[in-house]
Amino acid sequence: MKTSIGGRAVQYVIAYLFMLVALYPIALMIASSFKTNMEIFANPLSLPSSLHFETYQKLWKAVPFADFLWNSIFVSGMSVLLITVFSAMASFYLARFSFKWTAALTFFFLLGLMIPIKLGIVPLFILMKNLGLLNSLWSLILIYTASGIPLAVFILTGFFRTLPVELEEAARIDGCSNFQVFWKVLLPLIRPALATVVIINFIHAWNDFFFPLIFIQKETLKTIPVGMMVLFGEYETDWSLLFAGLTLSAVPMIGVFLLASRQFMEGLTAGAVK
Amino acid sequence: MGTIATSRQKGRRSWVIHLFPLPALILYALFVVYPIFSAFTYSLYDWQGIKRGVFVGLKNFTTLFTVEPFNEMFWNAFSHNLLYFVVEMIVQNGVAFTLAFFIYRKIRGAGFLKVAYFIPRLLSVIVVGFLWKLIFNPNYGALNTFLTKIGLAEWARPWLGDTDTALLAIILVNCWFGVGFAMLIFLAGLQSIPEELIEAARLDGARGITMLWKIILPLCMPAITIMTIFTFIQAFEAFELVYAMQGSMGEPFYSTDTLAVYFYRMAFSSAGGGDVSIGLGSALAVVLFIIVASVSALSMHLMRKREVQH
Repeated sequence: MKTSIGGRAVQYVIAYLFMLVALYPIALMIASSFKTNMEIFANPLSLPSSLHFETYQKLWKAVPFADFLWNSIFVSGMSVLLITVFSAMASFYLARFSFKWTAALTFFFLLGLMIPIKLGIVPLFILMKNLGLLNSLWSLILIYTASGIPLAVFILTGFFRTLPVELEEAARIDGCSNFQVFWKVLLPLIRPALATVVIINFIHAWNDFFFPLIFIQKETLKTIPVGMMVLFGEYETDWSLLFAGLTLSAVPMIGVFLLASRQFMEGLTAGAVK
Repeated sequence: MGTIATSRQKGRRSWVIHLFPLPALILYALFVVYPIFSAFTYSLYDWQGIKRGVFVGLKNFTTLFTVEPFNEMFWNAFSHNLLYFVVEMIVQNGVAFTLAFFIYRKIRGAGFLKVAYFIPRLLSVIVVGFLWKLIFNPNYGALNTFLTKIGLAEWARPWLGDTDTALLAIILVNCWFGVGFAMLIFLAGLQSIPEELIEAARLDGARGITMLWKIILPLCMPAITIMTIFTFIQAFEAFELVYAMQGSMGEPFYSTDTLAVYFYRMAFSSAGGGDVSIGLGSALAVVLFIIVASVSALSMHLMRKREVQH
């Protein structure tokens, strides 16, 4: 397709203007975290005149950020691990074996794609209370895992079905058990689908604040997003501290993304549009 | 499917294989299916605080829809969810499609632009909410300062404190957050269009707008359908951003309230002046569930249909 020079120029203006719209607020957040309060109020839009790291020292004392970070890593990592392992096992079974109940089971898992789990929050709260899991990171891990399973099973079952059956037959003739076929032959082959499952669920678990808001009261057990909420209650006038908190909570994810942006973006859209 | 499995099962029938789906099944049943199912039964009982009372049938639902202020609250929040959907379809998805189209047409710097557009999506919604709350601040916020600097001082206003602008401000922040993901979906859709079809259309004389309107948009329909459904579900589950920016009361004066915020208020906070109402809250959850699930079901149906074609 050919476009006139004028049309091309308009495209460039719009595309790069929107880049500014996307990035400027984030740049502003990072820049402001290095300013003093006075400077934020006097020149909110400019770059910091000098870098003030003391805000970060103050932040470190104001909130137990190391705890928050560890909680986020533990919860997200554990949820992603459990989702991946359990869903891969279930998907292998559903895609490769046909018993009377496998179709029903597949359908049962698919139903989960339609369930907005947040709406079950009251019964979940009571359930967690009865299990003694309020104020425990396991409450979050169990919920993220359980609610991540339907989509993961959906993606992985589809992927398992695309693998040629001959591979398995060959492995079985060589004497592999079901478990070995699964672990040694099929799992390495569905790595792209596993990456998709990992990325979708990692972003979700890392950024969620609804469930920790309700299940976690104890300060040192909070994940980063809810942990940072505290700042907004207690330090509403200290803007540099607030910006530093926001920056610190956003940077780990942006860092991971920049390292693997291609996989991230492909993983997120894989399966959505064929 | 499963033909080798059935033939092999006789030879090496191992009961261990039946344990494979169990961990996933148990967790999913216990922490997803059971709570949602319970919410349905909860909605049929009278509740005193968190203690279950007598069975009252559909009374909670009739209260929700016929008794003041519950019915007013419901339709107020519902209309906001609807506005969320409409504005996101137009602004977020419109911008996203335009940007995806430019990248598809191989604009210079496409790889970098894709990354840049997506970065906001990586922030936690609560971070997005707080960040923009600071930007919208009437006294020191960057937005009003910016408007003053470029000579539009009379446009400056307390964006989040004004009932005329608060809801729209929040929805636009949500669009800012969501454009990157929508752009990726549209781009994937555009890139899946077979080159030959475009080539053929060009030979037939299709150019510019005609090409876009008559050839590209129709071929991009699967991506557009998916994104429409995502947007709908997201709009009807809107909670985090409103909670982060305006609290559980959807301030000012409930002008930013959504059904999910209203639900949260009923289920968890007595800040609304009333008691925590589990029965009514559950009834509201069921209504929301029906809205969201029916649209999800429709989407699954559409996806299935497409799968057959492939």
